[in-house]
Amino acid sequence: MKLTLRIWRQKGRDGKGRMVTYTLDDVSPDMSFLEMLDVLNERLILSGEEPVAFDHDCREGICGMCGMVINGVAHGPERATTTCQLHMRHFSDGDTIDIEPWRSAAFPVIKDLVVDRSAFDSIIQAGGFITAPTGAAPEAHATPVPKPDADAAFEAATCIGCGACVAACPNGSGMLFTAAKITHLGLLPQGQPERYSRVVDMIDAHDEAGFGGCTNIGECTAVCPKGIPLETISHLNRDYLSATAGGKHPE
Amino acid sequence: MAVTGGVMFVFLVAHMVGNLKIFAGPEAFNHYSEWLRTVGSPAVPYRTVLTLLEVVLLLSVVLHITAAVQLARRARAARPVKYRSRKRVQQSYASRTMRWGGVIIALFVIYHLLDLTFLVANPAGVPGDPYGNAVAGFSTWYVTLAYTVALIAVGFHLRHGLWSALQTLGRSDDRRERAVNVTASVAAVLLIAGFLSVPFAVITGLVGLR
Ligand code: HEM
Ligand code: FES
Repeated sequence: MKLTLRIWRQKGRDGKGRMVTYTLDDVSPDMSFLEMLDVLNERLILSGEEPVAFDHDCREGICGMCGMVINGVAHGPERATTTCQLHMRHFSDGDTIDIEPWRSAAFPVIKDLVVDRSAFDSIIQAGGFITAPTGAAPEAHATPVPKPDADAAFEAATCIGCGACVAACPNGSGMLFTAAKITHLGLLPQGQPERYSRVVDMIDAHDEAGFGGCTNIGECTAVCPKGIPLETISHLNRDYLSATAGGKHPE
Repeated sequence: MAVTGGVMFVFLVAHMVGNLKIFAGPEAFNHYSEWLRTVGSPAVPYRTVLTLLEVVLLLSVVLHITAAVQLARRARAARPVKYRSRKRVQQSYASRTMRWGGVIIALFVIYHLLDLTFLVANPAGVPGDPYGNAVAGFSTWYVTLAYTVALIAVGFHLRHGLWSALQTLGRSDDRRERAVNVTASVAAVLLIAGFLSVPFAVITGLVGLR
């Protein structure tokens, strides 16, 4: 396959970026998107140019490191697929592909396609610990969890924190990520003691990090590689209202 | 946003139902308008209840717009560098047009108040005769057109607004998400159909000066 790539190049945090055009003649449809970029980078290195910086780690869709906006869609055209799991067979010979980093004030670009997602860490840190005994694995039947709750909590827990929800949101909101964490812990018995302080603290940290406010548009869940449902945001709102208006976590 | 929007939605439902009184004839409609001002009397002075409702409405409008401006500013600050290419994946037309749609509706409400409350933009403009004023306005095609466009904008605004408010108030979950969405659409369509029935009844001659 022959491809034209237009890639965002930015030297550093303060650099002014721009789209740079490259052409590749020998792309195999069996390559992953990242392997296609590896091929480009090998060529750039051989010709003494700076390779395109991008984040990745597991390359099997479970770590959440990879992510770029491909032709205007976070993680590209395939639903429920991380960039590393996207294959070139979903593109056609002769295509032009635009590749940009996540664009968010809370995720400043470090270089090229690499962004700093520490803002997500600050939300997680604000969530704090859960009061649960550590040590040996507990006896499996000691704390029963209703099956529907276990399923919904597990579904929310599949969030890999890649940041695609923020990248896709017209408001630049990180609500789907925050909601996934709130739902995951709030549905389980182990998450109950801090349930209401956690939701308030995490929302505060979310807003402070410079994310926008959620208006329930739903682009986040559409691009989420794990398909985290929009109802997690409703769950978050329910807990937040109980905590504030409902008086379960005053102040 | 959700609470003030909810207050305005309740007003709109009452307003639409009240407007349907126009089909009962001039006396019934004008009497209803008079009743709005005398309700509660003699226990409370003339226009007490109506004024109170107007204050609540105005407060809702102001807070609703304030919240919208805050959200829009946060959104702009949250993405200082724009995407060079951008594709929509699943967002609805209604959700995308909330901000400009809201501006259009606000402009319409100003025109509408000048038309039928303050009577300065109304071709008849007879105080105490809302029936005649409404008929006089809607007999002109461009007034009816303006109302129709504005009401469709209100419909889209409500379609996303109702769904979003229920989601914000935590009323949606995996089982109810579909139902909440369908409810929002049906409520928006019914409300706007009810509103539109009045200008279209006038322009088609179903409701006229008797
Ligand atoms: C075809 C549609 C509509 C018709 C025929 C209509 C008719 C009227 C009439 C006759 C009045 C004056 C009532 C009186 O003085 O007794 C009025 C007042 C009002 N209308 Fe409408 N209306 C329509 C749609 C709307 C919409 C869509 C909105 C809001 C988005 C709206 C907001 C208002 C407000 C705020 C008032 C003033 C209430 C007050 O000050 O007491 N109307 N309308
Ligand atoms: S590299 Fe780990 S999810 Fe893509």
